[in-house]
Amino acid sequence: MTSTLTISRLTKSYQGVNALSDVSLAVAPGERVALLGHNGAGKSTMMKVILGLIPYDSGEVSVTGAAPGSGEARRKVAYLPENVAFHPALTGLEQIRHYLALRGESASLAMGLLERVGLAHAAKRRIGTYSKGMRQRVGLAQALIGQPRLLVLDEPTSGLDPVSRRDFYALLDELVAEGAAILLSSHALTEVEARTDRIAILSRGRLVAEGPLADLRRKAALPVTMTVTARNGYAPQIAAALPRGIQAGPTLRLTCAQEEKLAVLGTITGFGDKVADLEVQPPSLEDIYTHFSRRDGQ
Amino acid sequence: MNRILATTASEFRIALRNRWVAIAVILMALFSLVLSAAGSAPTGAVGADRLSVTVASLTSLSVYLVPLVALLMSFDAVAGEVERGTLPLLLTYPVSRGEVLLGKLFAHLAILALAVAVGYGIAAGAAIAVDPGAAGGLPALWRLSWSSVLLGATFLGAGYALSSLARRPSGAAGLAIGLWLGLVVLYDIGLLAAVVADDGGAFTTDVFPLALLANPADAFRLFNLSASEATAAAAGVGGAAGVIPVWQSMLSVLIWPFAALGLATLAFRRVTP
Repeated sequence: MTSTLTISRLTKSYQGVNALSDVSLAVAPGERVALLGHNGAGKSTMMKVILGLIPYDSGEVSVTGAAPGSGEARRKVAYLPENVAFHPALTGLEQIRHYLALRGESASLAMGLLERVGLAHAAKRRIGTYSKGMRQRVGLAQALIGQPRLLVLDEPTSGLDPVSRRDFYALLDELVAEGAAILLSSHALTEVEARTDRIAILSRGRLVAEGPLADLRRKAALPVTMTVTARNGYAPQIAAALPRGIQAGPTLRLTCAQEEKLAVLGTITGFGDKVADLEVQPPSLEDIYTHFSRRDGQ
Repeated sequence: MNRILATTASEFRIALRNRWVAIAVILMALFSLVLSAAGSAPTGAVGADRLSVTVASLTSLSVYLVPLVALLMSFDAVAGEVERGTLPLLLTYPVSRGEVLLGKLFAHLAILALAVAVGYGIAAGAAIAVDPGAAGGLPALWRLSWSSVLLGATFLGAGYALSSLARRPSGAAGLAIGLWLGLVVLYDIGLLAAVVADDGGAFTTDVFPLALLANPADAFRLFNLSASEATAAAAGVGGAAGVIPVWQSMLSVLIWPFAALGLATLAFRRVTP
């Protein structure tokens, strides 16, 4: 299967400072890829290069088989910028009708699009009166125009409440089912964890890690955290058997490497009734993210 | 074409809501009314019909007012989009920068044409009401109307160019006022000073006519004054109007809008969002 987006050895510098160096990434149709990185890591620069808004120094970028920013690519790519803005004097409906016309679609589709993002009730109000979350929905509505093959979404869920976020990802799933490829950046790591197929971590303009979350978790080899709660009075006995644990009252907290996990679990379950509760926490995406971006940056 | 017209429709709507349509129309109507009221006294001496005299006064008015209104409408066109943050998204749409500018130009030009039509219409109506023979000045009024719209197009294009160069609305506004002062006010004063100092030398005969043609505002004034010869004597720059053939000033009036739009497109292309 050919990729919708292919980036190879992309390098872009601003006044001698490398904003992106030697970045390679591919996104296939129907795939959701999350782009993570601290502020200034190069996420927005990379997106702008993909959209053809800024030129790049070297490497190759192919968007649906065309050069970024070409007429062909622009017809097939939708963009949702970070902090999306519109002219405050237009209503949501007028703004969407305008965007539909720019894409050569019928302006009568506008109301349907606004309904899809849950904004039909405010369609005839001026955008100047909208909240940030409502503007974000207008931004999302315009990104749905004309069955895009690639969606580039810069912090798409910022300003949305939890319910809206869920609706937003449900919309993305519909697009993905139709074969659209999605590249999104986000700071909300927990939602990225559940809602994307692959993760790419940028740090200081370099791609430091890339792959499905499980792979990254294995590569990072971060310890697993376990919390054992002992029944009355048995805490010291359990703590003695697990010398690396830190005891606090009836609970014992300990960390162990991935490969030791089963052995430790065996020890704990060996206590049978003496254990009241056991919680196992694999390293979170946050831990993995911190691990990869720190290893490179400091 | 649909993409251009979509931009035009949105821009017109924005201008309507921002009161720009009302401001432009009221401004032109008000000044035209004042002019036709003030211009009613000296008609008999010139011996021309009332409307031709009104056209001469309107020419002097428009040469200041039309560029001003055009620059006020256009200085925000690109810089405003940059400041609001709406430009990056717009540029990812399958629409060229030239099409964006053309769309804006058509909307602003429509507003300007409306203001010109209302303003001149009022002045012409007043002239015809007082002097039944004023209908003889209608060709001059028609000429003034379309050349005013072209003058407006030139300064709209110049405004877009400055807006692209400045990239911030405040900077663009400053540049626009500077351009207006330079081309409409200071340019003539400078030329007159040079002509006086030259005292009939090579500058007056060779450079001066070219300098007048090179300035769109002066070319507009020359075109309208030399075309209606009856009133040429009444105006200050009218003296030069006799020296320069009408086709030359007309050419300048016709070429400048395209040149300005070309400059605007070049400047807009250099804006990286």
